[in-house]
Amino acid sequence: MIPELGHFALLLSLFVALAMGILPLVGAQRNHPQWMAFARPVTALSFLLIAFSFACLTWAFYTNDFTVQYVAAHSNSQMPTMYRLSAVWGGHEGSLLLWVLMLAGWAGAVALFSRQLPDAMVARVLGVLGLVLFGLLAFVLFTSNPFERLLPGAEEGRSLNPLLQDPGLVYHPPLLYMGYVGMSVAFAFAIAALIAGQLDAAWARWSRPWTTVAWLFLTLGIALGSWWAYYELGWGGWWFWDPVENASFMPWLVATALIHSLAVTEKRGSFKNWTVLLAIAAFSLSLLGTFLVRSGVLTSVHAFATDPSRGLFILILLAIVVGSSLMLFAARAPKVSLGGAFALVSRETFLLINNVLLVVACGAVLLGTLYPLIVDAFGLGKISVGPPYFNTVFVPIMLPLLVLVAIGPVARWKHADLKVILVKLWPAAAVALLAGIALPLLAGEWQAYVALALALVGWMVAALVLQTIDRMKAGTPTASWWGMQLAHFGLAAFVVGVAMVSNYQEERDVRMTPGETVTVGGHSFKFLGVRDAAGPNYNASVGSFELTRDGKVMRMLHPEKRDYGPGSMPMTEAAIDASLARDVYVSLGEPLDADKENGAWAVRVYFKPFVDWIWGGCLLMALGGLLAASDRRYRLKVKAQAATANIANKAGAAA
Amino acid sequence: MKPRQKRIALIVGGLAALGIASAFVLNALDSNIAFFVSPSEIAAGKAPQGKAFRVGGMVKDGSIMRDNLTVSFVITDTASDIKVSYTGILPDLFKEGKGAVAQGRINPDGSFTATEVLAKHDENYMPPEAGHAIEQAQKAQKTIQQ
Repeated sequence: MIPELGHFALLLSLFVALAMGILPLVGAQRNHPQWMAFARPVTALSFLLIAFSFACLTWAFYTNDFTVQYVAAHSNSQMPTMYRLSAVWGGHEGSLLLWVLMLAGWAGAVALFSRQLPDAMVARVLGVLGLVLFGLLAFVLFTSNPFERLLPGAEEGRSLNPLLQDPGLVYHPPLLYMGYVGMSVAFAFAIAALIAGQLDAAWARWSRPWTTVAWLFLTLGIALGSWWAYYELGWGGWWFWDPVENASFMPWLVATALIHSLAVTEKRGSFKNWTVLLAIAAFSLSLLGTFLVRSGVLTSVHAFATDPSRGLFILILLAIVVGSSLMLFAARAPKVSLGGAFALVSRETFLLINNVLLVVACGAVLLGTLYPLIVDAFGLGKISVGPPYFNTVFVPIMLPLLVLVAIGPVARWKHADLKVILVKLWPAAAVALLAGIALPLLAGEWQAYVALALALVGWMVAALVLQTIDRMKAGTPTASWWGMQLAHFGLAAFVVGVAMVSNYQEERDVRMTPGETVTVGGHSFKFLGVRDAAGPNYNASVGSFELTRDGKVMRMLHPEKRDYGPGSMPMTEAAIDASLARDVYVSLGEPLDADKENGAWAVRVYFKPFVDWIWGGCLLMALGGLLAASDRRYRLKVKAQAATANIANKAGAAA
Repeated sequence: MKPRQKRIALIVGGLAALGIASAFVLNALDSNIAFFVSPSEIAAGKAPQGKAFRVGGMVKDGSIMRDNLTVSFVITDTASDIKVSYTGILPDLFKEGKGAVAQGRINPDGSFTATEVLAKHDENYMPPEAGHAIEQAQKAQKTIQQ
């Protein structure tokens, strides 16, 4: 009964979304205040219906209702409650339901926190979101209904893929989807402004905090996914250039470009067309990402059970979104004013280079990700593009960006003087030189790559300090300024992590018998043997390793090999000793002798210097985004403007 | 600088950057792609020589042999077999009778040394390349029978 209610609510929300997509847009176009006023309540209604539907599915998981096909396929009664609840988005259908719930949630947030915006703008933004919501709801209902019944019901569920029975599943998909779906708000603002023909600084200011919040969720989601892969997959890597990782990374690159170009549009009124294109691109790439993950066209760790008809549906949806928004853009773009002029040396130029680099990087990732598909489509054979491609292409494109991060914030808008910039930044150059020479020596051996990366880090961090001193002279900086500094600092921390772990990590696959010791990065692992242990829904072989450094015993490490029963796959659980300067990592391979307890095992040991700085850096970037989005300016100025508009209205009415 | 000159400078600079970037990207792409080859194609002598490629299919039952960290096994597309050896730890889902894809080079003696072995993370999931290889081989066999 409850699943049917959920299904019914979802069906109802399809019609509500259609109303949400049509009435406010028409109302705004024809200037019917009542139709525009319809936008907020209908948004709230669609959110409530989808939330109810989602709650019904969650209930089915909680009560182990195996007459629902989706529940039977992804959960079983032996699973701990937490994983049963997060299994709601452990498969295709449920994760799409989460997608639409988030979309409705973002729309609801816009409805709630946009009291200061003109009614027509709110109506248009919510209308565009309504249309997107309609498209995705149709996708869920017609190709991926999670409420489908299985009659007669199954005795017991098939259980969730053991890989997903991890706290990572609880946080990673929702955060990532918040980011993915949040791009739809930036998109809706851009489209609404295009429809209204009002691409101005006000539009940029309204969409900035939303874009920043979506970006910070995307940042967190990607970082968490990377961390999850690192500790759960047992491969010890933090980024594999897997197509699905790329699918989330491409919108991130474009969104990063977007938040920078929005700054120019807000402050200087330039880059308007470009900003709109970026907003369209960021959302289109989010949809493309969904297509890549869900259609199964690519080989990837994320490509679980797949269905070509779903891929086709998303492809059509993508074509409609891209096609219609580009047509609208083409119709409106020629009328858009160019905004403030700027000299060749100015902050605008530096931000333009930032944007070009990020977009080119995104293009390179897109090419590498889609190339196998293109080659296959033309019948030229099946190929794969390996991580070396992405590394050789991506890293050189990013290096100039790290140089610019220091320069951009000290350059003046409109017209900057190179000499002034040099005078301000020369100490940073000295720090960079010093860092490049000295720091790699402290870390071990001097390597050119590390030296370059650490010189850039020295440059960035010293510049951050200089920028801060410089900025403080002009009075207390705003929250959004501090947000920028924090995010840029996070980038520096991220670069430290990447440079150190890429060049100084040690990895060894070894055969070990109990009593043997293996040493990596100055840390010794003594293998003490393997014993059996039972978990809530699995049996595990638990290894014991004694970690010692300089002759001192530091702690015990217990990597596991878990068996989730027949029909399921074994799982490797790595044991990690984490600290600020390094992780040491041990995981069990296969037993090499018949005697599991006392025989030899294949063992993988890693030494990963500064690896946690990678995720720490991402966290700082996200916090920077939060700080920036919390700036009171976004609320105050809009209020002031609305007040002026009100006065103008009243004056008009009085006249 | 006059606005016109400035615009030209920007455009020329942009095009030059784009050109360099494209040349660089395409070069990197060209040297980092791995072709997918089925065991039948290797048997027919169509394997790329001296270049890494991927081979996929099913891991033949009873073919896995371990010698400490070196594992050897046979990948089959039901029509032809290829012997693969790999040193290191295999993915969790690597099993006899399941799909797998190996990346590496062919040796002069016709065996294959893998640097990477991929098996996917769902027991019902077949890597598309592996499935494709088996499909092709079975199609070919049917044509022969007819």
